[in-house]
Amino acid sequence: MRLPPYATLLGAQLEYAADGTPVMRMPFAEAVLGRPGFLQGGAISGLLEVAAIAALRHALAEEGGGRIKPINVTVDFMRGGRDHDTLAAGIITRLGNRVANVEAVAWQDDRARPIASARMNYLIERA
Amino acid sequence: MTFNPAKMMDQIDLRRFGGHGGRLGIRFHARDAEWVELAMPYAEDMIGDEDSGVIASGPIIAMMDIATSLAVWNRIATFVPHATVDLRIDYLRPARPGRTVIGRAECLRVARSISFTRGIAHDGDIDDPVAHVAATFMVPSGSYPKVTP
Repeated sequence: MRLPPYATLLGAQLEYAADGTPVMRMPFAEAVLGRPGFLQGGAISGLLEVAAIAALRHALAEEGGGRIKPINVTVDFMRGGRDHDTLAAGIITRLGNRVANVEAVAWQDDRARPIASARMNYLIERA
Repeated sequence: MTFNPAKMMDQIDLRRFGGHGGRLGIRFHARDAEWVELAMPYAEDMIGDEDSGVIASGPIIAMMDIATSLAVWNRIATFVPHATVDLRIDYLRPARPGRTVIGRAECLRVARSISFTRGIAHDGDIDDPVAHVAATFMVPSGSYPKVTP
């Protein structure tokens, strides 16, 4: 799957979960640092966005492809992002003809203890 | 310690401090009693849509997270460590490829331990905005200093 240049800026790499759905992994690095020892909130938000894009491109590929445009994003920050890899996955709540509703969650050691989550709405332009 | 927001904020150039803001080239743009502006030049490695060259929403969230945070410190005229509780962004239109994005943020209210902010991102004309943001912050321990209106 092709990912946007912004994923490279974040140092995020694409992996796949056991069920074949995309998971993004972002190592802790200077380029995503905020206050000393913690990830910047925008970098976490960016990772959530890339995870949502990966989930949507993965799902759309099975339906003939299409372009996606963000409408809005709401990010909740639950825990500080520490000096560990951060994982993120997008969960598509609904993939409609025109709009997709996606949830994305980011975690470090334990998926049940997320560091941040986001709700996103995307405009879909099907191929 | 007396805090001079003008002196501190006017010198913000995140490129010198590194980190994520530095990686994105975010720097101070302008400031007033009621608002703070940051600027983020266009860069190809921020692209989120390869077909159009439009930057991803993540860099705009990152800039607005910093700008709204600064707007709180600008309001209380001091620095207090706080954490973003949540940030909502509406994308009104794509930022034009090649344009510097400006983020203007203002603080709506500082309560005991929570502060409320909003902001606008634009690429040259604030009356034709790219995004609208609302963000809240929390002081993890203690509280914000009292602000006399």
